[in-house]
Amino acid sequence: MSTTPTTTAAMERTADLLRFATAGSVDDGKSTLIGRLLYDTKTVFEDQIASVEKASRDRGDEYVNLALLTDGLRAEREQGITIDVAYRYFATPRRKFIIADTPGHTQYTRNMVTGASTADLALVLVDARKGLVEQSRRHAFLATLLQVPHLVLAVNKMDLVDFSQDVFEEIRRDFTDFAAKLDVPDLTVVPVSALAGDNVVTRSERTPWYDGPSLLHHLENVHVASDRNLVDARFAVQYVIRPQSGTHRDYRGYAGQMSGGVLKPGDEVMVLPSGFTTRIAAIETADGPVDEAFPPMSVTIRLEDELDVSRGDMICRPHNAPTPTQDVDAMVCWMDESSALAPGRKYAIKHTTRTARAVVKELQYRLDVNTLHRDESGGQLGLNEIGRVRLRTTTPLLADEYRRNRTTGGFVLVDEGTNKTVAAGMVTSTG
Amino acid sequence: MTRSTAGRYQLTQLQALEAEAIFIIREVVAELERPVLLFSGGKDSIVMLRLAEKAFAPAPVPFPVLHVDTGHNFAEVLELRDRRAAELGVQLVVASVPDALERGLVTEPPDGTRNRIQTPVLLDALERGGYTAVFGGARRDEDKARAKERIFSFRDDFGQWDPKNQRPEVWGLYNGRIHPGESIRVFPLSNWTELDIWSYIQAEGIELPSIYYAHEREVFDRGGMLYAVHEVCRPREGEEVFTARVRYRTVGDASLTAAVRSEADTVEKIVEEVATTRITERGATRGDDKFSEAAMEDRKREGYF
Repeated sequence: MSTTPTTTAAMERTADLLRFATAGSVDDGKSTLIGRLLYDTKTVFEDQIASVEKASRDRGDEYVNLALLTDGLRAEREQGITIDVAYRYFATPRRKFIIADTPGHTQYTRNMVTGASTADLALVLVDARKGLVEQSRRHAFLATLLQVPHLVLAVNKMDLVDFSQDVFEEIRRDFTDFAAKLDVPDLTVVPVSALAGDNVVTRSERTPWYDGPSLLHHLENVHVASDRNLVDARFAVQYVIRPQSGTHRDYRGYAGQMSGGVLKPGDEVMVLPSGFTTRIAAIETADGPVDEAFPPMSVTIRLEDELDVSRGDMICRPHNAPTPTQDVDAMVCWMDESSALAPGRKYAIKHTTRTARAVVKELQYRLDVNTLHRDESGGQLGLNEIGRVRLRTTTPLLADEYRRNRTTGGFVLVDEGTNKTVAAGMVTSTG
Repeated sequence: MTRSTAGRYQLTQLQALEAEAIFIIREVVAELERPVLLFSGGKDSIVMLRLAEKAFAPAPVPFPVLHVDTGHNFAEVLELRDRRAAELGVQLVVASVPDALERGLVTEPPDGTRNRIQTPVLLDALERGGYTAVFGGARRDEDKARAKERIFSFRDDFGQWDPKNQRPEVWGLYNGRIHPGESIRVFPLSNWTELDIWSYIQAEGIELPSIYYAHEREVFDRGGMLYAVHEVCRPREGEEVFTARVRYRTVGDASLTAAVRSEADTVEKIVEEVATTRITERGATRGDDKFSEAAMEDRKREGYF
């Protein structure tokens, strides 16, 4: 790959990746803001603009309605609802961005959880005229529940409050007070007008009292490299590569993706659940061996000793390994509309590359995502509800607490009858 | 790709996309019984095949490749299709639309374009092969229907996509469980853009059919798009044939795929061109998506990719 970034294109190839999730209520201008980011970074093509201009004229809009750039499926237009998470892309010379654009209203929790699960940053929008509403708090809470490391509150429609510093400061104070109750690692609040473009890509002259970055500047510069856990080495074996032919007759490599820490050839490692220790003989890719592997590299690890290692096993370090356990406490978000989670029900559980069966031993409480109140009256967990459960699995899981590692701490439950993914879970404690 | 990273313990975005795609491909092979990769010889499918090769090296690619052949092909593309499959030692299964016409599985549409009748031929080939997982090179930046589709896209026993019945996809936990008759379409390039594809082709030194690069060709203008004179795509009365320097941004059915004017005759120039281009890939070259705003959505619901 070229290392001389002389052109935009060449630079894009050395840029890194930022995934962010957006959330907002119906009218707070989320689609316009995303449209604005796409438009001002020249991600939108002429034929798309032409189609949006035509649609804006047809609707009688006085301006080019950038929200239409993110217009969805016909099924959605017909029903006037947003069905699902949409993924959108734009790039600047510094970074490529993947937006998980989650609808604010229907199915909000399920979609927000989906979008936030892989996000480095969550962007929550509020309407400056309305201030914080129930949904803003809910979105912020879900972002922190999913341990999204960076949170941005965009106070939108500043043009409609005459770019008032007082309005902005009040919303910022409200939100900061609320965020203090959550586990928000990094919060940035930006006053914007998505419609007019203020503070979206460049700093606006109409907010002289604001000395922070524009939204895009923040997205481009927020430091995400240190968000990953580079301390606890974790490598879930995904697939065993055994060519069994020609020059590779005795080759046996464990393919997978690094989900934590750094591994190097020569390192002493432990393989779970067997607990055997050995050393790493080599870390390979199709492009040749590498000196070290770190998340999210996909590599193939060869071990010095021939051990019985298969999919679902985990390579880690002898003195830094998850404790295999069949008892898992977790926060669970229920995502299925046609069934509910209740004690005694059984599911398939997929965790890293390991699949087992799990029975719900206990529903400890249901969490009200608006008030954060814990309802310990038991019962069941329905669509878009979040609760704390205790599970018992048929085979041990090799899990970490979700707050230490989002990959080895996350799991899904699958209904064995319908095969649907019915829940996303985050391990709170093991053992 | 070489390992010039974005920083200490950081991957460049292209390396991160490659790592994600390899993870997805391995996941399918580990969990689903009979995968197959759709392979046309076009650039996205060639990138897919390269990623499959890398995912299992030094072992061979552990699944066959399938081409739904409309019979309206560019010779350069078929040549590379056959050669790449042979080089990698993978089995190439060809599902032929002309054969399907002969068998009466489908009938030729009055306008002679075969895009719509590809879908039954594809579904027939999948059923005959018993394939439960089908890799495609589709990207979410191509179309608004695709923007909402999962990486593991569940299809019912008619191959249909239901946007309201998609499985939540959280973290890297893909659910490939199916009942008999159902299948999963898998899109490892979901998060790639056209520019990423070209940057990867450049970084990897991947060979493509020559028609992707600027060349002189006899073309005619139809509805603002330049079509090559081809046995299945003849100028109508009043459409003047002229020679232009063009290249193809997408390679599909020759009767539907238009060329764009271009001087980009190397991969470096194409990366530059794509980085500055102002028209979407499909908008510029695909007659089939122009028919309606929701053309792709409708085709996906019918079982198309």
